[in-house]
Order: sequence, then C-alpha cells, then structure tokens
Amino acid sequence: MLYKELTLERRAPQTLTAMALFCASAFVIFHFALGRNEVEGALASGVLWVTLALAALLGIGRSFVADREEGGLDGFLLAPAPRTALLVAKATTLMIFLLIVGFFASLIFSVLLLGPTPNASQWASLALLILLADLGIALVGTLIAGIAIQTRARDLITSILALPLLIPLLIAVTKASEPLLSVGGGTLAWRWMALLGLYDLIFGLLAYALFDYLVED
Amino acid sequence: MPTTQSLYGRRLTGYAIATAIVLSVSIALAFFYAPIEVDQGFSQKIFYIHVPLAIVTLGGFVFGGIFGIQYLRSGDSRHDLRSYTAIHQGLIFCIGALITGSIWAKAAWGQWWVWDEPTLVSFLIVFLLYCTYQPLRFSIEDPERQARYAAVFAVVAGVFVPVNFIAVRLASPLIHPRVLDSSGGSLPNDMRIAFYSALLGVTLLFITICKYEMASKHSRAQLAALRRSLSGERDEPVSVRTAAPRIAVK
Repeated sequence: MLYKELTLERRAPQTLTAMALFCASAFVIFHFALGRNEVEGALASGVLWVTLALAALLGIGRSFVADREEGGLDGFLLAPAPRTALLVAKATTLMIFLLIVGFFASLIFSVLLLGPTPNASQWASLALLILLADLGIALVGTLIAGIAIQTRARDLITSILALPLLIPLLIAVTKASEPLLSVGGGTLAWRWMALLGLYDLIFGLLAYALFDYLVED
Repeated sequence: MPTTQSLYGRRLTGYAIATAIVLSVSIALAFFYAPIEVDQGFSQKIFYIHVPLAIVTLGGFVFGGIFGIQYLRSGDSRHDLRSYTAIHQGLIFCIGALITGSIWAKAAWGQWWVWDEPTLVSFLIVFLLYCTYQPLRFSIEDPERQARYAAVFAVVAGVFVPVNFIAVRLASPLIHPRVLDSSGGSLPNDMRIAFYSALLGVTLLFITICKYEMASKHSRAQLAALRRSLSGERDEPVSVRTAAPRIAVK
C-alpha cells in the first residue's frame, strides 16, 4: 500500500509540489503582510508553523482523492487485507510528504525570512520537533481525510475539522520552536515535547481504534 | 401500523417541573442567600450560571462521545439520536458559557475577551470544533453512514477536549478564579450551597431539553409514518437532506 502511494506521487507529482509551492508563496506573502525583512522568536515560529499547518491541509485534502475517484478504495475493500494497513500506508505517506515539505520549508524560511541563524543543535531540535509534529498531523490528517472523503463538501469539511483538532499540537510546537528561532538562541522545553508525544500517542490510538468504521463500505 | 406511544416522551412533565423548581430555588439562593463577593462585588453572581453552564457543556460532549461509542458497538440508532442531542444541546450551552464568560471577563478585567484566560480560550477552541458536527452530518446523505461518521467524530472530539485543555493551560498564565480546588472547593459554605443547587438546576435543564428534543424528533417521525400509512404509502419517502438522525418508526 505504501509503495503504491509513493509510486503514485513519483509518477504524477502533484501533492508534494503543491505543498512546497504553497510554503514558498506563503513566506513571500508574510514578508509583505508583516512589512518585515526578517522575523525571529514567537513571530518566526508562528509564521513557520502556520505555513506548514496550512500546507498540511493540502496534503490531507488529497490523501484519499485518487482512491475515491479511481475506485481504489473498493479494490482495497475486496482484498483480504486488514483495514489498518490502509491507515498505516496513508499516514506514513502523509508523514513522508510532511517531512519533505518541512525540510524544504525550513530551508526556504531560513533564507527568506528568519533573522537569527540557528546553530547545529538548534537545527537538530527543530528537526525533532518537525518529526513529532508531523507524526501527529499525519495521524489526525488521515483520520480526517477518511471522514471527509465520503462527504459532499470534502474540502470544506477537511479544513474546518482539521484546524481546531490541530490547535493543541500547534500550541505545543510553536511554543517549543520559539526559543530555537530567537536571537541568542535557546533550548528545547521538554514539557512541549511531552505534550506533542502525548498528542501523537492519543490520536494514534484513536485512529487505530476508529479507522475501521470509516472504511466499512 | 405506527405506534402512538413515544419512547422519549415519558416523564417529561416531571422533569420540566423539577427543573423549574430547582432553577428558581438556585436563582433565589444565588441572589438572596449567597453573600456578595468581596473582590468582584455583585458581578461575581454570574459565576452561578457561567460555571454550571461550562461543566454541563463538557458533560454533554463527554456523553455525546460515550453514546457515539455505544452506537459504533451496537449500531442502534437510538444511541445516535442520544449522541446527536447531547452534542447539539451541549453546543447551545457552550455558547451560553462563552457569552457569560465574556461578560464576567468584562466585569472582572475590563475586557470582553482575555487571551490569558485558558478556560475561556479552551472553550472557544472546543466550540469551534463542535461547530463542525452539524455541517459534517449535513454533508453525508446516507443515514447509516451519517450516523457512523458522526459517532467517530463524537469520540475523537470527546477525547480532544481534555488534550486541548491541557495544551491551552500550559500555554497561559493562570488568572482564572479557582472556584473549586482539588481538595473539594475553596468556596465558603453559603456560596457552595448556591453553586451546587445552580449546577443541579442547569444539569436538569440540560436533561429536560435533551428529552424534549428527542421526543419532538420521535413524534415527528411517528407523525410522518402515520401520514404515510393513511395515504396508503408503504415505502419510506425519498429522504430530505438533514443533519438530524433518521428515526425508524415501527
């Protein structure tokens, strides 16, 4: 399933390209909207994570579209495979996309907008944050994509469901990123990492327990 | 032939009378028995409606999730109706909690909205999430699928509520008055009596309104079935798009 998802994106790269382009455009818009050449601290953290969260919505929205339109979901349901396999494949694909976009966006952000230059340990902490946050976004996003794909207003439902559900994750990740993107630098606060881990664990278990009900027919 | 006995209409009058009595007594206790708070003065009286509304709202959402689990386990549409009603009324009570909280913030801190106040901010986020419940249901036509997806939402949102409260509380300094601490309460006895009676009154109000809503939906379904029966139609009519659960009448 995972191979199928990645092959699809490799043959017709749509989602990744759109997410990356969205991030670059958003940084340019932030430059003009904020009237600043450089940002740091809380503002930098906010700009980076709002952009990544909105880019994630694009990926979440596209997650089940091909399966729905081309009948892949029906084919999967006919196959003697556990439905959890679909959840794992979709969530892993989304997480891979988010990691690639996160890496690209951080790079572009540091060139275009970020004032301070983080050192190696701060980059490593930021990478760890992106990993934990992307895991949560991928789990919640796959659950939401599974719900939204069967609705008439797919795009609307994806956005209005995902954003409030991601607020606790965004609170934790923006607060944790803030010292890493400040002038003079700072260290990672472990309580935010613990909250991110808790969020990932809870929504991972929820997705595992509930996903079967979303692909019953 | 459709039955004329309502499943949900029983004991409604009793609930309504009990609610009216307890609410009247609690209002009288709040205004005439509980003392005026020293720091905040008369404006603190809104606490006797704001906090019970907030507690009952969260209770409604939790029960919405529990009924959602029961629906997923059993497939019984009555649990879907209960989950829908608990969340629907919880949302209305949530608006009440937000408005009264905002009024209290204006009286206590001079501003209609205070971002430093984690409970109020948490309620806003929870409100935004539960606002999507009706559009989600409305966008799914098949009644069985609508009920199943709504139940999944109810469970996810029910679990989301405490996670959200933890995140917002960690991110904000504490300035909200701690009316009930972990040891059972920091309120004086006379205030506590007024508060618990208000909590009981608002809880009864919530239960009564939920029962009324379920009885109303059930009666409407029975009436439609009777009309079909009188006009000789046997089949269910082509369903109209609605966010409300479809009720099967025998």
